[in-house]
Amino acid sequence: MASLNNIRTRIKLEETEVLHTTSTDFPGNYPGYDDRLNLDEFRKNLKIQISNLDTTTTEFDLIGIDAAIANAFRRILIAELPSMAIEKVHVTENSSVLPDDVLAHRLGLIPLHADPRLFVDKVSSDTKEREDDTLIFKLKVACKKNPKATTDGNDNSKNPYINSNVYTEHMEWIPIGNQATKFKSEDVGPVSHDILIVKLRPGQEIDLKLVCHKGIGRDHAKFSPVCTASYRLMPEIILKKPIYDEDAEQLQKCFTQGVIELEDDNKGHRRAVVSKPRLDMCSREALRYPALKDCIELNKIRDHFIFSIESVGALSPDQLFIDAIKLVMSKCDRLLQEIDGNINN
Amino acid sequence: MQTNDYIKLQVCPVDDGTNTKSTIGAPNLSFIIRDEDHTLGNSLRHIIMKNPAVDFCGYTIPHPSESKINFRIQSKINEDSTAVPAIDIFRKGLLDLKEMCSIVLEKYEESVKTFKEMETS
Repeated sequence: MASLNNIRTRIKLEETEVLHTTSTDFPGNYPGYDDRLNLDEFRKNLKIQISNLDTTTTEFDLIGIDAAIANAFRRILIAELPSMAIEKVHVTENSSVLPDDVLAHRLGLIPLHADPRLFVDKVSSDTKEREDDTLIFKLKVACKKNPKATTDGNDNSKNPYINSNVYTEHMEWIPIGNQATKFKSEDVGPVSHDILIVKLRPGQEIDLKLVCHKGIGRDHAKFSPVCTASYRLMPEIILKKPIYDEDAEQLQKCFTQGVIELEDDNKGHRRAVVSKPRLDMCSREALRYPALKDCIELNKIRDHFIFSIESVGALSPDQLFIDAIKLVMSKCDRLLQEIDGNINN
Repeated sequence: MQTNDYIKLQVCPVDDGTNTKSTIGAPNLSFIIRDEDHTLGNSLRHIIMKNPAVDFCGYTIPHPSESKINFRIQSKINEDSTAVPAIDIFRKGLLDLKEMCSIVLEKYEESVKTFKEMETS
């Protein structure tokens, strides 16, 4: 029988089931516990430890927060933070093998450097391209035979075609209004210059105008500013009894490498110890062995999130997380304003 | 995109036969929040359930193709048959959620700063 404290703070992995998955720490649920919201206590217990942060990825531990709040941040990162993406493609010429719609869809998925905070949402009734809501690129490429290429068919050192591969580097930015003074070409262009868009052969060409707008991931995944934003719970492995020698080796094999280490005790036996539970991927293999089953307990810590964010490239991942928190706050503000409006009615 | 005069929150009037229009002071209320989903719904539910004056709090997305949530709050009736008005609980929940986020924000910015300092040194 799990103790109350275990039910409240741990998710238990059993051989065929996962127990205590939902949060139950609400007032009135447990005698002797004060589960009222206490923000001073929250501030004291909340820990954020960053283990990695660079221009595109970050991993950090968020400790002392409920899944409901952590999940709100994750969902906002994926679906509600804005970014710029190609929304309309005006096709003047497309004699490539890709149909217009397929080509336009491919173009839409190209990640752009443009900072969405410097743009405003496009008003759908406004068809004019304005400097504060639109970015324009031109993509005009024609494929030709390479006159310098050898013709014997054996020499692969020279490409027989010119412009046979259309990459994002061929996209040319056309500034509108004062955009030319506000931005540099590399500030708004594609995050990578070697993304293959389409392949051409001599005689084929594309001549397109690419129109970018600001949008959010809920409308289309191309507007999502993150490749992934995810979290997992910190695993906890408890060895209830000491495990020696063959059993210890068996136990070691059940987990990801590095989770269980063997150490020599002074009596000439090798004993299993939990070294890095963080590396564990929560496989329940160990529970299949009768010899090990009763010696271990597998848990996840309910309020310890290992959060990882991978940015597409426009904004740094730490900035994205900050924006996500601010968006929850602005949602609250908006509703608070409206409550007061409603009461007056 | 939405404009500023767009109404996001609708409070369903209580049908108790006597005071059908008023939502002020009612212990039980349903709210319709447009353009919101589990992101706000679940986090707000969690915060409001932490309030000891609440008997029940829950939300539902009535249909996946309509972007709105129905949010329900029932407050606890005390022994002297008084109760905290549901609208006050809702307001407190929003303020608490906001405060909680600002704590997370503060702590996160702090740890980003220390991480960057550690990296440069």
